[in-house]
Amino acid sequence: MLAKRIIPCLDIRDGRTVKGVNFENIRDAGDPVELGVLYAQQGADELVFLDITATNEKRKTLSNLVNRIAHGINIPFTVGGGISSVEDVKILLENGADKISVNTAAFKNPELIRLLAREFGSQCVVLAIDTRQEADGQWYVYLNGGRVKTETLCVDWARQAVDLGAGELLLTSMNHDGTKQGFALDITHALATALPVPIIASGGGGTVSHFADVLTAGGADAALAASIFHFKEITIAEVKNYLHQQAIPVRL
Amino acid sequence: MNIVIIKYNAGNIQSVQYALERIGASAIVTDDPEAIASADKVIFPGVGEASTAMEYLRARQLDRLISGLQQPVLGICLGMQLMCAYSEENNTSCMGIFDETVRLFQPQPGGGEKVPQIGWNTIFNLKTKLFDAVTENSFCYFVHGYYASLGEHTIATTDYVLPYSSALHKQNFYGTQFHPEKSAGVGEQILKNFLEKI
Repeated sequence: MLAKRIIPCLDIRDGRTVKGVNFENIRDAGDPVELGVLYAQQGADELVFLDITATNEKRKTLSNLVNRIAHGINIPFTVGGGISSVEDVKILLENGADKISVNTAAFKNPELIRLLAREFGSQCVVLAIDTRQEADGQWYVYLNGGRVKTETLCVDWARQAVDLGAGELLLTSMNHDGTKQGFALDITHALATALPVPIIASGGGGTVSHFADVLTAGGADAALAASIFHFKEITIAEVKNYLHQQAIPVRL
Repeated sequence: MNIVIIKYNAGNIQSVQYALERIGASAIVTDDPEAIASADKVIFPGVGEASTAMEYLRARQLDRLISGLQQPVLGICLGMQLMCAYSEENNTSCMGIFDETVRLFQPQPGGGEKVPQIGWNTIFNLKTKLFDAVTENSFCYFVHGYYASLGEHTIATTDYVLPYSSALHKQNFYGTQFHPEKSAGVGEQILKNFLEKI
């Protein structure tokens, strides 16, 4: 039986892991490769490395880092952050990334998804969507790390992206991100039942039962979290042991 | 030992080389027919689309070279599928080393199985030395939308939508649908077995 996946996310700036809360008080948290190896040993099913480097100049360090990660870890990993062209993706995949995630650039140029899927296959194209539920009850797509609102509904964009060739969706609820009050079950469930591709739920995981909820009631295929793992509030093993007790299939 | 990884127009080739390095083996990545023919062990990996890959291989006569190899050959993911007889992916006639047909998973509506299958699934009914010291129902990492049906060459089974071949074997040819190079300790054991026991 296919296992539900637990995925730690590491923020990368200038080739180093950084930790912060809501992009504030960011401090150095060490070598991404060492941290990645540690997470893999602790039972992470996959890793996501999100590059938050501001300038293109410093992005060159990313491909070197991806190559070091590919040498060091024995589980799959996704690289995201500022990817906007076939050439960007080619370099990352050639250096050993298993998948890449696209967000704002894909929304502004949906054709990018089709080009990437045709060139590299849908299995390595993850579409990341940041979404917020507004007062009207609808979930809207946000861009640029959540700073820019659009008038497009999350479900509509997700469906279009899957039609264009996105092989997986990484869904972050801005309402829940950082709250540790649980994942957004309703929008996750809406996408999981409407679309034929796996959904990675992100934002709000604070306790082991939150993970169980989003993988059952939310219908997610995988759950992603960052700070609770970095700050050692919960270990990956604790999450997976709890899921196993709840008869949710996980790799132990 | 002289290990060769076949280079062609498919992704994920380097990852296999890095995985071998982690278990202390070194391999060269090449499409040179002489280097491939003279290797002790040949690995044929890949992630991608079947018809494009077969066209590329045929144009360079690598398909005939691979089919004719006498030394142990391990196909991984797309590599294994290309060693089968036929793939529904763009109706592609493949190498025919294994008789199996490669078919598209049918997505199960309403939150059922998604296509492609992405993630960790179990392997069981394990046969041959490729799986020495690997316990039944170990988890391996899969990324694929097409599958090889069960048949006389099946040496590992996985259940997704239906039971299918997660590994195949015939004479000197082995194939895994999962990625041993991304399957943590279990995958490393399988790669070691291929290098040391086969």
